[in-house]
Amino acid sequence: MDLSLSTRTVGDRTVVEVGGEIDVYTAPKLREQLVELVNDGSYHLVVDMEGVDFLDSTGLGVLVGGLKRVRAHEGSLRLVCNQERILKIFRITGLTKVFPIHTSVDEAVAATD
Amino acid sequence: MPTVELLFSALPEHVRTARLVAAAVARRAGVDEAVLDEVRLAVGEACSRAVGLYRSSGADRPVRVVLTEEEKKFSIEVGDKSPEAEDRPADAASVPSARGDSPAEHSEPLPDGSPSSSDSSEAEDEGQMGLAVISGLVDDVEVFSGEYGDVIRMSWPLNPAALS
Repeated sequence: MDLSLSTRTVGDRTVVEVGGEIDVYTAPKLREQLVELVNDGSYHLVVDMEGVDFLDSTGLGVLVGGLKRVRAHEGSLRLVCNQERILKIFRITGLTKVFPIHTSVDEAVAATD
Repeated sequence: MPTVELLFSALPEHVRTARLVAAAVARRAGVDEAVLDEVRLAVGEACSRAVGLYRSSGADRPVRVVLTEEEKKFSIEVGDKSPEAEDRPADAASVPSARGDSPAEHSEPLPDGSPSSSDSSEAEDEGQMGLAVISGLVDDVEVFSGEYGDVIRMSWPLNPAALS
């Protein structure tokens, strides 16, 4: 299974819908997508991970890299995830304290901190 | 003798294959279904790390994954073992302690650095996070020094009663 990526704009947010497996092979594609969005001036990102079947530390690294990039522009990167096995990886690496994690895209888009 | 031994070229596209094989062999060996996700993730992390290390050191070696069904446990070894590593005890200092004690201390998700940090520093962050994930997931982990980098050995109990 490969990685699928699609983006759409909701208000001032850009929603990146990710599907499939994010690992050492596919993570560079996600990195490119996030870099491209930031370069194009999208600084408020919502990454929808509901369709993600597998996530490893390479994927976490890409998300952290994306967060660094949007923060450099006073932006935000929010995650949407309800899958326990994916959430567990954020917990054991302490990243639940770093990323705002929402239960739905609507909630993430409406969130303001 | 290992139950299944897998050798693959140190390329990112083969890591998924290693995950699938490891999960299939673990399932057949009797590893609890609830733990298979952890096996899959831990093997993927260990293989990704090996691929990164071999490529950055220019070592033209395949990554070796040894899956062994023992009487009471299922063990997985990832890496290339040098002959002297056989006699050497686990390098306890290099393996973060197992699950339980605040896992976050092993990782520094946001190290100081400019937002435009290079890909190579991101890759290093990922390598560290890989070990943090393994140590957070697996109770029984050892890291040995091998000729071409670390050898990571992980094991899971086969007796479902011991899993709780």
